[in-house]
Amino acid sequence: MNEIWNLSDIEIGEPCRVRGLSASGAMRRRLLDIGLVQGAEVVCVGRSPGGDPRAYRICGAVIAIRAQDARDVRVERGVRWV
Amino acid sequence: MGLTRRAVGAGALDTGLALRRRDENDLVIALAGNPNVGKSTVFNALTGMHQHTGNWPGKTVATAQGYHNDGEGGLLLVDIPGTYSLLAHSAEEEVARNFICFGEPDAVAVVCDAACLVRNLNLVLQVLEITPRVVVCVNLLDEAKRRGIRVDLVALSHALGVPVIGTVARKKKSLSALPRALRAVVERTRKPLCVQYGTVLETAIARVCDAFSGKELRRLPPRWLALRLLEADPRLLAEIEAYVGAELLADPALVQALDASRTALAAAGLAGDALRDHIVCAINEKAAELGALAVRAESPDRGMERADRWLTGRRSAYPFMLLLLALVFWLTVVGANYPSQWLSYAFNMLGARLDVWFSALGMPAFLHGILLDGIYRVLAAVVSVMLPPMAIFFPLFTFLEDVGYLPRIAYNLDRPFCRCHACGKQALTMCMGFGCNAAGVVGCRIIDSPRERLLAILTNAFVPCNGRFPTLIVVLTLFFVGVGTGLVSSLLAALLLLAVILLGVVATFGATRLLAATVLRGAPSSFTLELPPYRRPQVGKILVRSVFDRTLFVLGRAAAVAAPAGAIIWLLANTAVGGESLLLHVSGALDPIGRFLGLDGVILLGFVLGFPANEIVLPIILMTYAAGGTLPVLGGTAEIGSVLLANGWTPLTAVCFILFSLMHWPCSTTVLTVHRETRSLRWTVLAVFLPTLLGVLSCACVACVARLFF
Repeated sequence: MNEIWNLSDIEIGEPCRVRGLSASGAMRRRLLDIGLVQGAEVVCVGRSPGGDPRAYRICGAVIAIRAQDARDVRVERGVRWV
Repeated sequence: MGLTRRAVGAGALDTGLALRRRDENDLVIALAGNPNVGKSTVFNALTGMHQHTGNWPGKTVATAQGYHNDGEGGLLLVDIPGTYSLLAHSAEEEVARNFICFGEPDAVAVVCDAACLVRNLNLVLQVLEITPRVVVCVNLLDEAKRRGIRVDLVALSHALGVPVIGTVARKKKSLSALPRALRAVVERTRKPLCVQYGTVLETAIARVCDAFSGKELRRLPPRWLALRLLEADPRLLAEIEAYVGAELLADPALVQALDASRTALAAAGLAGDALRDHIVCAINEKAAELGALAVRAESPDRGMERADRWLTGRRSAYPFMLLLLALVFWLTVVGANYPSQWLSYAFNMLGARLDVWFSALGMPAFLHGILLDGIYRVLAAVVSVMLPPMAIFFPLFTFLEDVGYLPRIAYNLDRPFCRCHACGKQALTMCMGFGCNAAGVVGCRIIDSPRERLLAILTNAFVPCNGRFPTLIVVLTLFFVGVGTGLVSSLLAALLLLAVILLGVVATFGATRLLAATVLRGAPSSFTLELPPYRRPQVGKILVRSVFDRTLFVLGRAAAVAAPAGAIIWLLANTAVGGESLLLHVSGALDPIGRFLGLDGVILLGFVLGFPANEIVLPIILMTYAAGGTLPVLGGTAEIGSVLLANGWTPLTAVCFILFSLMHWPCSTTVLTVHRETRSLRWTVLAVFLPTLLGVLSCACVACVARLFF
């Protein structure tokens, strides 16, 4: 079992797997909508010039999320997949 | 969403959704889909309409309808805003959900992006819960193929139980199967795939469904309704009750069934957020399962990430943005120079000819004057000064939009906007403001948080729209570069224009921060923005669309306002009261205020009369000077310069003019749009006063400082 981190801790280029959300209400639904559901595979693909937000590849689409919101996504590191 | 007739014309006023069937047998088709999957392109290809398309999410902010006839009958297509799900949270998503649920379309076409089909299938599954009359349209097949993704349409159709067709929306031919498939699902409905939610929830659903028996639910399927009631979203409940025409929760049997079900669900750990998660996860899992069945992906394409490393990189992003902006302005300045001169030459020739004809016809002096010296001259100035820069700037801007660069601007600028307690998507609406502030204000609907949307609406007028660009270019060139055609002078003009634009952007940030610290206080809300893949732009379409839909339309609107304004000025100039013309009286009355701001009365009058459209400000000023008897003929940039110099313009006047042109009351169309979008007189008044106040303050300061030192 790998350690559980927040999505905002993930390095660029590092793949991870979603383990749950700690957001609630509208933001929770927004995160679920873009594909951040239990078990989903996510890679951080870059950051904006200000460092925040960062871009993540989720379900084949690249989506920008602020650190403040990414902190609510719990992920498992050390995942290996293509 | 963008600068089209629909967005900025009188027709932009929301009239609710009145479906315009031509024949009672016409089928009403809702066009649904995730944002940025080419929905509007499908709509345009089928209806032949010019709904605005661009490669960034959230362009369709209101529903559009169009007509398609495939020989067998008519289809009324309704393009609704793109959404990721129907569990709506933003205003535009609510529009989409309400139309599918309560608009009673005969069928729904769900447009999907083949490259990220799994996420798109989420929406498909949600729509299938509402209606079985669905056709899935897997779009952008060519792009997916380039990225090594293949979709098995037959297997997908089999699993979903509804027709699935593959399309390349840019190729019209590939869409021919869509109308047929839509007609087929309306005539004969199969039972489609239904997401199963596990024993506990299924039992609860069945219990609530039983309580519905004998109730009039109109088109709403009991299963979907049961799920939504169990979720207990108060806003959706209100919509449902308005649609069904009865208070559902007034029925004790239903309330009892709901209570019992909720207790059972809570016992199984499915209450509140957990229940919603459970539902969303079940749908997502089903979508992933379908994806595994129908999608074959080879190696993912990394080209976009490579490009983004430059375009959004830590060191390169901002320099690249500035360079790109400078390039666009330089092309505009250089390209507009010659046609402007040709046009004014041609207009002068025609004016002289008209003068001769009018005299030969023996036209009364009054009519001759008002037609030629009033209306014709202002129209000529508007066209020759405004048309060339617009005709160049609009296609360049559309090109950036089409390629997919605009969302990157929002991504790059989110951090600074977040510092101002606003949303990065404001950068998108700001960019639209370069085209037209009214369109920018409508575009603010892409921002979810009402507070952040208001911030974006109120500060949109700080970026100069296309009506103000040419004016800025002319004044900058005349006073700070000198009229010339060399490379150096055009580069200098472009850089100065860039500086002015940046000043507008800084003012936007400042005003946003000011508002966020005073009347619109609050912490920045969340921000998620899709960065779509870069797409090859369609140059031909860009040219046609930007010239006809944007340039000519905006010019037409300006001309429509310019003609009466020309007539008014001529009348004012030629009606004498007490030995002086009315025009002199009016501009004389405004003169002290104008002088205080480093301007003069005539300039201020130009801004006042230019309220209906910013394009006519400079032409009116020139007309007014000319009517004062100083110079009779308007011409190219050099002649404009001599008119201005002869009337006492100094570099200080030019600086103040530029500042005031950047910051004064928004044009009437924008003000009306702000009122429509905010539905509040208070915010509309603020939207007028805020830029005016800042403009007056900065002009007064500059004028004061200049008077002290020179």
